[in-house]
Amino acid sequence: MNFSMIIYLLGWILNFEALFLIIPTITAIIYSESEVIPFLITIGICLLFGLLITFLKKPRKKTIYAREGFVIVALSWIVLSIFGALPFFFSGCIPSFIDAVFETVSGFTTTGATILSDVESLPKSILLWRSFTHWIGGMGVLVFIMAFLPLSGAQNMNLMKAESPGPSVSKLVPRVKTTALLLYAMYFGLTVLQFLLLIFGGTPVFDSINIAFATAGTGGFGIKNDSIAGYSDYVQIVTTVFMILFGINFNIYFLIIMRKFRDIFRNTELKAYLTVIAVAVLIITLNIGASFPSLGEALKHITFTIASIITTTGFMTVDFDLWPELSRTIIVLLIFIGACAGSTGGGIKISRFIILFKSMAKEIRLLIHPNHIRKLEIDGHKIEHNVIRSTNVYMVCYLMIFVISVLIISFDNHNLVTNFTAVATTINNVGPGLDLVGPTQNFGFFSDTSKLVLIFNMLAGRLELFPVLLLFSPVTWKK
Amino acid sequence: MDIIIVGCGKVGQEITSRLSGDGNNITVIDIDESKAHEAAEKYDVMAIIGNGATHSVQQDAGIRSAHLLIAVTGSDELNLLCCLIARKAGNCHTIARVRNPDYSLEAPYLKEELGLAMVINPEAAAAAEIARLLRFPSAIKIDTFAKGRIELMKFRLPENSVLVGCKVKELGTKLHCDVLVCTIEREDEVYIANGEFQFEEKDVISIIATPRNANTFFKKINYKTNQARNAIIAGGGGISYYLCEILLKSGIDVKIIEKKLERCEHLNQHFPKADIVYGDASDQELLLQEGIEDAASFVALTNMDEENILLSLFAESKMTGKIITKINRIEFDSVIRKLELDSIINPKSLTAENIVRYVRAMKNTIGSNVETLYGIIKDKVEAAEFIVREPSKLVGKPLMELKFKSNLLIASITRDGKAIIPRGHDTIQIGDSVVVVSTHLGLSDITDILA
Repeated sequence: MNFSMIIYLLGWILNFEALFLIIPTITAIIYSESEVIPFLITIGICLLFGLLITFLKKPRKKTIYAREGFVIVALSWIVLSIFGALPFFFSGCIPSFIDAVFETVSGFTTTGATILSDVESLPKSILLWRSFTHWIGGMGVLVFIMAFLPLSGAQNMNLMKAESPGPSVSKLVPRVKTTALLLYAMYFGLTVLQFLLLIFGGTPVFDSINIAFATAGTGGFGIKNDSIAGYSDYVQIVTTVFMILFGINFNIYFLIIMRKFRDIFRNTELKAYLTVIAVAVLIITLNIGASFPSLGEALKHITFTIASIITTTGFMTVDFDLWPELSRTIIVLLIFIGACAGSTGGGIKISRFIILFKSMAKEIRLLIHPNHIRKLEIDGHKIEHNVIRSTNVYMVCYLMIFVISVLIISFDNHNLVTNFTAVATTINNVGPGLDLVGPTQNFGFFSDTSKLVLIFNMLAGRLELFPVLLLFSPVTWKK
Repeated sequence: MDIIIVGCGKVGQEITSRLSGDGNNITVIDIDESKAHEAAEKYDVMAIIGNGATHSVQQDAGIRSAHLLIAVTGSDELNLLCCLIARKAGNCHTIARVRNPDYSLEAPYLKEELGLAMVINPEAAAAAEIARLLRFPSAIKIDTFAKGRIELMKFRLPENSVLVGCKVKELGTKLHCDVLVCTIEREDEVYIANGEFQFEEKDVISIIATPRNANTFFKKINYKTNQARNAIIAGGGGISYYLCEILLKSGIDVKIIEKKLERCEHLNQHFPKADIVYGDASDQELLLQEGIEDAASFVALTNMDEENILLSLFAESKMTGKIITKINRIEFDSVIRKLELDSIINPKSLTAENIVRYVRAMKNTIGSNVETLYGIIKDKVEAAEFIVREPSKLVGKPLMELKFKSNLLIASITRDGKAIIPRGHDTIQIGDSVVVVSTHLGLSDITDILA
């Protein structure tokens, strides 16, 4: 294990965090809020540790392998969250430190689950920091660092693999650094586009920035207590479209830039993603459409909710907890499905389900014709055996974590729906669940133990389980 | 630069590892899944699984925007096909590894008619390197042009050399030998030789000549090259064939020991001047009998690495001359180095090195008509090879009637596979490959050499 390199990169994480914190600090200055001080103190603390580490001791050996890659990614996100929680804590907006960490982890992992009951009373700079953590966490911090820090070569792939969502990670262009830059360029471009469209519709600048950040990262922190419900139809429709866009694999946008349109239409995952959305909208409209004043109104709210849940954003315009059981069940199922691999969304991911279904079909066939040879393909590319294997292992780990988490938080003695959806919504990085953790509720009432479990779930879900699990495996730390 | 490498074998990986560090965008193609993955894991490259000689796979790899395709799979035919398709599909340079002499001897045709930028034969490359070690073991730097027909050699003029005080234009009358003085480095200055230039002690001079002329030149000026008088070669394979050809040309006696009668006869037919011995080189009696104790050099070129190592160790105990060992597998490099064998030749890494050198030179020539570019003296003097494709003011006129830029020299003209060192009355014709040495860095077309 190359400890000095791990520490070194953690140092850089802190330096970059200090950089990120400048943005809310400027906001605080613009609105002349007293939160300038807590932000400046946090920047100071980050820089103190960060600069000490990065400039005093440069590692001699720079090689990192898959093992270090996983550890670095997992530790980075923990460090990022702990230091990112300091402004909430210092400013007194969130008096309990665990709550502050919960809120920050929820931000960075783009979950959007909050422990706050009244966000409208918070200072603007704190609100912006909440939204901005979504934006950073959406594409990934290490991807960001990779794009701008001169790290050498192929080893970075180990970091990218550990941080990017999806069963298998492919580069857009030969070099990791260029790939990282391209991803961020597309991410930034789409965010700016949404921001401009919101401004164009007459939304205040501050609101537009926050909504754009939270949509881009598929996060879901709002700056209003009723999330997006209070905004105009225009804002809601724009947000719906962009939530769906950010739930698409970014490779698709690269294909658009490269003008390979045929590959886009053949993309199985994209087709499946849009089909799932369409079918869910259809069923729920049939179920509750009549309760809305008009069909248009019904479609607007239902599409918004479906998009918000499947992309794991977690915004809301209506309280879906009040819907009939069929619709609520579909919502819960969508929480598990999640967005496309390689997007900023969470969940189990469409492509994993495709792989699982295909391998399941193959295995069933094999029961009847044991000697048949059949390879699995997606978009004409063979699915390699190790991808199938790791997908299966992923599902097993997912279930284990899920079951154990539900068990632990059950000690708080809340009802089953609450416990089940609380875990589901955090491990899939969605945000709202049902009942006590429904769209209009918050997570503040859980005990500290339960909050720690949910924090773990959010991190595990965002980093695709393995990096976080490896952190607790003795094998990782063996010499 | 965007580079596509087809084949992730030893050579492919070696090239990938050297070029990926230079900031190139590399895509590797291999039909073997595990090999492609290995490359993608180890280096910062994109890996594509598939047959590199198909248009669709090449398109996946981005052939249209690629600058260079290097085909180094195990099969010659596949490599050539890759290059042909790449030429059609995109507008890129192509390099093929071609082992079979049937094809590699046709390299000029392949290059001119099929548009390959470089055809590299690992065995010929190894032979050239071995020959260099045998001919100039010390103090001489050597580059080859026109596919080895012409060499550029750089050496320091010793004190009390006959050349000291002599003018460049007097060389021909004084020594009666056909060499061209190219550059003279004196302290920190570099001069391109003109007729009036006078040699001084400790000048570093570079000359251009055919291998045989170079030898006579060194003899006449009494420069000790430590060239081996003779060579015993164990094994009569491909490398031996090429090596024998070069050594005989530069006046070194060759003795080849080969255990297949047929091959012996074949070699004898091609090289009547060489001694071909039919027998097993691992037979110590035979080696002693053939005079290994007095030989000036011994080259172990059998097919087996282990045998080569043992032969060389044996030779070391019996003789004092130069010993060269060919080793195919580089995995145990560090262990082998501990054996303190004299010189070790690895054809695969040599191939990789040659290709890498070409690529680095090519990077500097993007957007020009330069075929190959060699830095003779870093950042000061370059030798650029042009192919004359279209008529211009240069073509057909005797060189002495043309007005060239100062500090510039036409070092060689290759026509129909024959290299000449040009004199005033020679002309440049369409289809010639011309090497120009000059201090004007970045010449981009042959017509740039005119004043």
